[in-house]
Amino acid sequence: MCRIGAIKSLNYVHPSRALQLMNSQQKGHDNSGFAVVMQDLGGVFKDYKEFPTISLACTDEGLKAAEAILDAIGFRQVFEWVPKTTRKPGMDIQALPNYVFRTFDYPENFKNASKREKEDLLTNTRLKIRTVMEPNEAGFVYSFWPDVVTLKEIGDPRDIGTFFGLWEADESFTAKVITTQCRQNTNYAIVRYAAHPFFLQGYTALANGENTFYQKNKEFQASLNPAYRGFESDSQCFLYTLHYMHRELGWPLNYYKHIITPLPFDEVQERPDRDQLFAIRQSLAHLEINGPNTIIGTLPDHTMFVCCDAKKLRPIVVGHTADTVVLSSEVCGINEILPERNWEQDIYPNEREIVVIGNNLEVQRWKQ
Amino acid sequence: METVKINDIACNDLPWKVVYDTERCTMCGSCVAACTFGAIKPKVERRRKAFSDTNTPEPKINFAATPVISQSNALNNYCRGCGVCERVCPNNAIRSERNPDSRFNVVYQSTTASGPKRGGRNNLEVQMRTLDTLRVGRISQMTDPSLDAQRHSFDCLAPLGRILPADKLPLTLMPGGELVQNGHTPPVRWIYPVIIGDMSIGALSWRMWEAVAMAVAYLNEECGLPVRMCSGEGGMPVRLLKSKYLKYMILQIASGHFGWNRIIKAMPHMVEDPAGVLIKIGQGAKPGDGGLLMAAKVASHIQAIRGVPKADLLSPPNHQGLYSIEESVQKMFLSFNAAFGFRVPVAIKTAASATSVSVFNNLVRDPYNIVGGYFIDGIDGGTGAAHDISLDHTGHPVVSKLRDCYLAAVAQGRQGQIPLWAAGGLGKTGNLAADAFKMFCLGANGVFSGKLILQIAGCVGNDNGRCNACNTGLCPAGITTQDPTLVRRLNPEKVAENLVNYFLGMDQELRKLMAPIGNSSLPVGRSDCLVSTNKEVADRLQVQYVC
Repeated sequence: MCRIGAIKSLNYVHPSRALQLMNSQQKGHDNSGFAVVMQDLGGVFKDYKEFPTISLACTDEGLKAAEAILDAIGFRQVFEWVPKTTRKPGMDIQALPNYVFRTFDYPENFKNASKREKEDLLTNTRLKIRTVMEPNEAGFVYSFWPDVVTLKEIGDPRDIGTFFGLWEADESFTAKVITTQCRQNTNYAIVRYAAHPFFLQGYTALANGENTFYQKNKEFQASLNPAYRGFESDSQCFLYTLHYMHRELGWPLNYYKHIITPLPFDEVQERPDRDQLFAIRQSLAHLEINGPNTIIGTLPDHTMFVCCDAKKLRPIVVGHTADTVVLSSEVCGINEILPERNWEQDIYPNEREIVVIGNNLEVQRWKQ
Repeated sequence: METVKINDIACNDLPWKVVYDTERCTMCGSCVAACTFGAIKPKVERRRKAFSDTNTPEPKINFAATPVISQSNALNNYCRGCGVCERVCPNNAIRSERNPDSRFNVVYQSTTASGPKRGGRNNLEVQMRTLDTLRVGRISQMTDPSLDAQRHSFDCLAPLGRILPADKLPLTLMPGGELVQNGHTPPVRWIYPVIIGDMSIGALSWRMWEAVAMAVAYLNEECGLPVRMCSGEGGMPVRLLKSKYLKYMILQIASGHFGWNRIIKAMPHMVEDPAGVLIKIGQGAKPGDGGLLMAAKVASHIQAIRGVPKADLLSPPNHQGLYSIEESVQKMFLSFNAAFGFRVPVAIKTAASATSVSVFNNLVRDPYNIVGGYFIDGIDGGTGAAHDISLDHTGHPVVSKLRDCYLAAVAQGRQGQIPLWAAGGLGKTGNLAADAFKMFCLGANGVFSGKLILQIAGCVGNDNGRCNACNTGLCPAGITTQDPTLVRRLNPEKVAENLVNYFLGMDQELRKLMAPIGNSSLPVGRSDCLVSTNKEVADRLQVQYVC
């Protein structure tokens, strides 16, 4: 089982907090990697919130290829942040030569383009770079989106933390929304893309668990959108379903749970909105998720939520203080970074609800 | 020595030989009375018997006229091996034995200028079934826990009806954040994923048909299993059409259009909509051949329901006047949808064949949103009567065809929009749950089964040529006959009880299969949880090969 965690705060938080959150939960296969998606960025990225940042790990050839594509499209670099890396002998990390976090201005001809057009441009560019780098593993492009930084690496999370200098908190590299996982996938081959969290067009998802409907989810999603690709991990399906429902269909978040874990037929029959629920269930039967899992997700407006499988087979805890909410698959993680909170107010989400954390940190529990 | 008439039919030419023991027989006559085919008859033989009536052996010979039971060597009274004689004999004096030296196929045709006809069983299937090379191989344990088949809840329902893609749903987002339906969607019924296959009221005896209908009503109303039954071609009793039980019935219109006059006349009086309408284009076990209801089975009530004289009734192999998918979609689906006010799903059934995928591809592109399902029937299915040659040599196994259709839908991102239902030899080994489950994993939304229903009722036929005389109207079990004497052999209450019990058991078995793979809803398309011990099967069906 994966250990997952997320932090949403009114203040900017350094990823060292995410490392601490995960460190107390280390066991088994968990220390095989570290991945983090940071949204609503602070520090050096604070002044560039409107501009997309590319998150890339690659070889020198990969970098050249990516630069060529970005140049050709007309992206103009406005900022670059280079993490200070430290290599010590004996470190358990399969580092790549380059970690690229560059912020760009949109091409000249997109100056007056709509938001949607710009977003499509970013996604298509990322997919293009990915396609070019994929054949000889020249690199991995995780996100290309405004106000988002993604970092994924294979190895011991402690060493990865040391390598990127993430243990010491500072003001330069922070975010208000951080989602994280300390593991590479175990059910398929280790690929950097496969580490949670997954990001697409402002949506983030990560999960602890198993998606036993992976095959049918994947077969269905693959034809829904060209950006639904990879499928290196069964949990990517959670992201694509979220994206499809919320962005493509334009349905509100409360229907996510109805798609992935539909209510039993006899319960639907009792509901006033049964017609809609039946219609949703039958049309999106292939997006249903079976199996044990807890899903943490973030929407483009930074709303964070968590929900569980229909039988509540995997754990998750939500702990909060006045200015921070922390989600963790084990309560020890929250104890580590929010020791002063009132643990009696911790929430253990149940199988038929979505727990939603708004931007003012109000925690709501929505019944399915 | 008598002159040998070599061309006469001898018992040794027939598929079954009756083995009879004079010593054990008490001449009670039960076997002769019970044999519906007239394959045995009493006769008197002159028997020579040596005996001695003194203390020291002094054999004498006595000739006496002895009554015996003998096998008929007439072609229209040949023994079907049903074994009813053995069942009724109190002394174990008689039984039938398969005759490996039978010349039946040759002599029958040579004598009658016609091929043999029989009840629907493919008798050449001797190799292992495809489904039996498959196992449910993904057993969840540590990472994805299995469920408790007894404790957890499961959603064992399948759709019947056209399903719209999500972006075509008539849903409007209200200011309160709720989706509200603001338009018509095609009717969809969520029903039990195992339908009782289409067997007509002419093919089955009225007691048998009533028993099945009774079992279906009981399963729905007392057991909470929404099992549906397909009427088969040939209409229904008017009382049933006007009753509330119609909602458990899928009305079939086949190529003969039998019984539809009555159905249409009953429409204004219907208090419930039927569960669906199934347009049968072809049947797996006899594609290209119509069903045969021999005159012997066209009893007066069948004549009344179908509006026909007492004559051999052939359902033509295809709907006369429908020569393309477009035509069938436009004419029939529209008219039947319209007839029931667009409230009843209308599905289509064809035989599995090399062209099934083309048919399915045409259906999934249905622009009218009215194709409510695609039923495919394979060669191993079929309960109806047909020519030997059709049953044994035409048709297509269903498993790979179903898989092809599902994968064709996947390739277009349209899986689930036209529910796939498959049949043809499912439950042949008596275990329908396992077969159904594997079919779901390969992409079927549901399955249907007919022959197994007959087995549950007490049919003694099998796939090795035993009985299979459904066409003759002489069914020794009273299942496929309209002869009042024979029908009385069947106890409808007992048949209904058997059926209900079988379905309850099967339902439990389905859960027993869903639990280990950690699924609480039907595993449609979960080919990843199947493995095959046969490399060719694994490659063909795109499932994991294990050895």
